[in-house]
Amino acid sequence: MELFINRIFDGLSNGATYALIAMALVMIFKATTLINFAQGEFAMFGGFIAYVLATERGVPMWGAVVLAMVISALLAAGIERTLIRPFDPADHLPLVIITLGLFLAINAVAGIVWRFDPRAFPELFPSGNAASIGGANLSWYTIFTLLTVLVVAGALTLLLNKTKIGLAFRAVSSNLESSELVGIKVGPTLQFGWAIAAAVGTLAVAVFVATPVRQIEPNVMITGLIFAVSAAALGGLDSLGGAIVGGLAIGLVQSIVVPYVGVPSELSLLAAVVVLMLVLLFKPSGLFGTPAVERV
Amino acid sequence: MTEQSTSEKRAEVLDVTHLEGGYGPIQVLHGFDFHVAEGEVVVILGANGAGKTTTLRAVSGMIQRTGTIKLRGEDISSATPPEVVRKGVAHVPQGRGTLPELSVEDNLRVGAYIRSDDEVDADMDQWFDIYPVLRERRNQRAGSLSGGEQQMLAVARALMSRPSLLLLDEPSLGLAPIIVQDLFDRFSHINKDTGTTMLIVEQNAQLALGIADRGYVLESGHIQIEGPADDLIHDDAIRKAYLGV
Repeated sequence: MELFINRIFDGLSNGATYALIAMALVMIFKATTLINFAQGEFAMFGGFIAYVLATERGVPMWGAVVLAMVISALLAAGIERTLIRPFDPADHLPLVIITLGLFLAINAVAGIVWRFDPRAFPELFPSGNAASIGGANLSWYTIFTLLTVLVVAGALTLLLNKTKIGLAFRAVSSNLESSELVGIKVGPTLQFGWAIAAAVGTLAVAVFVATPVRQIEPNVMITGLIFAVSAAALGGLDSLGGAIVGGLAIGLVQSIVVPYVGVPSELSLLAAVVVLMLVLLFKPSGLFGTPAVERV
Repeated sequence: MTEQSTSEKRAEVLDVTHLEGGYGPIQVLHGFDFHVAEGEVVVILGANGAGKTTTLRAVSGMIQRTGTIKLRGEDISSATPPEVVRKGVAHVPQGRGTLPELSVEDNLRVGAYIRSDDEVDADMDQWFDIYPVLRERRNQRAGSLSGGEQQMLAVARALMSRPSLLLLDEPSLGLAPIIVQDLFDRFSHINKDTGTTMLIVEQNAQLALGIADRGYVLESGHIQIEGPADDLIHDDAIRKAYLGV
């Protein structure tokens, strides 16, 4: 029982990271119906920027994270302008290839700059346990990662629903042509989405590695991205709430179903892929996604 | 000489000369002229594929085009759609002119995207008074409205930008006749009440000429006939070709 509850807590805290990355994926998917396969690497890079600022430049830890979010947002905006915008947004294959290229390139650059040895990341949250439930320990880390997810979801919801740029972003997500016809400049609006997604991703990685059991290294998000893509697809790809539910569900599948079914941990990634496959097969619009409706 | 003659006429809102355009290698518009004066309702008639929609898309900057497009004397021949909107042209595209995933209220709000004054809410209330069904459904997704309601919303959304020129692309398409008549009556009222100049592209010649001041007939990318709406209604060739009588 104790082990079971511990696995739930583990699943939730892993799931929180998947949820954050999934929300970043959702922001880009909403606007472009494109999955940014480089999202995990954007996030890893942002995490390293925070690491460098905090450990080598002496910036206070949370300041370093916020600064890294801003820097990664600017970098993503630059990448959108130079590598994404020149292409036809309706033609997905070239764009997917570009995000895959970015995936490899960013991973390689991080490897050259920071090498592939893992480094300890400063802690962001109080250490120790907040409570003990049935003999299992609920750590402050788990509580705060979940809180981070809720804060980010709340902030994104406010941004999308209460601001003018948010309205423009939702309009562009709904219909490109009609958006242009009300005077919205589509390019900069999509760029805003890429920037926000990168900032959220950076926060996700910082939170993910801000525990003594994990370290930051250039490959830190490679499996994380697969889990996050599964999470986003499960939640419905265009739903922020769905990304949270999907992320936590995938985290729980990974930490509960995998050990109890007896899948070797090396194959836990397979569980995510199986979930992804089942979703695409039986409910392509996910749990909370907007079903594609085509008027004929 | 020209100064004197134009000062006597109503000012031209839109003056288009030698308009050419199309999609990639396919040329649809083969160089024609037309103009719309202040406060006028002008209709462009024509069959499927004549180039009516393409003409409006050229004015809005949605396709590559050549020729001269002047809006109140200012050359907008190479302006992008967002720039054209900012200069006071609102375009209701064919079919789904709404943003289906957004609520009715957000559709109206986004229509006022280019405005920064504080009368947006008042304008929205005014549209809710004109179309009470929009008020009832203000929090529903626009995509859940009926075809006629969506067309009303699309027009209201366009007018939220307070345009001086409204472009309407086949507003009657796919709507029941009784709804279409009501819609065109409303266009006529809006034109008289607000003085909004309108350029309407239509297949339904009878209906459109009924509220128009002048009309053009477009065939294969050329303008074949032009004249006052009253003359066109009684023109035998047009009656045969477009009115089905």
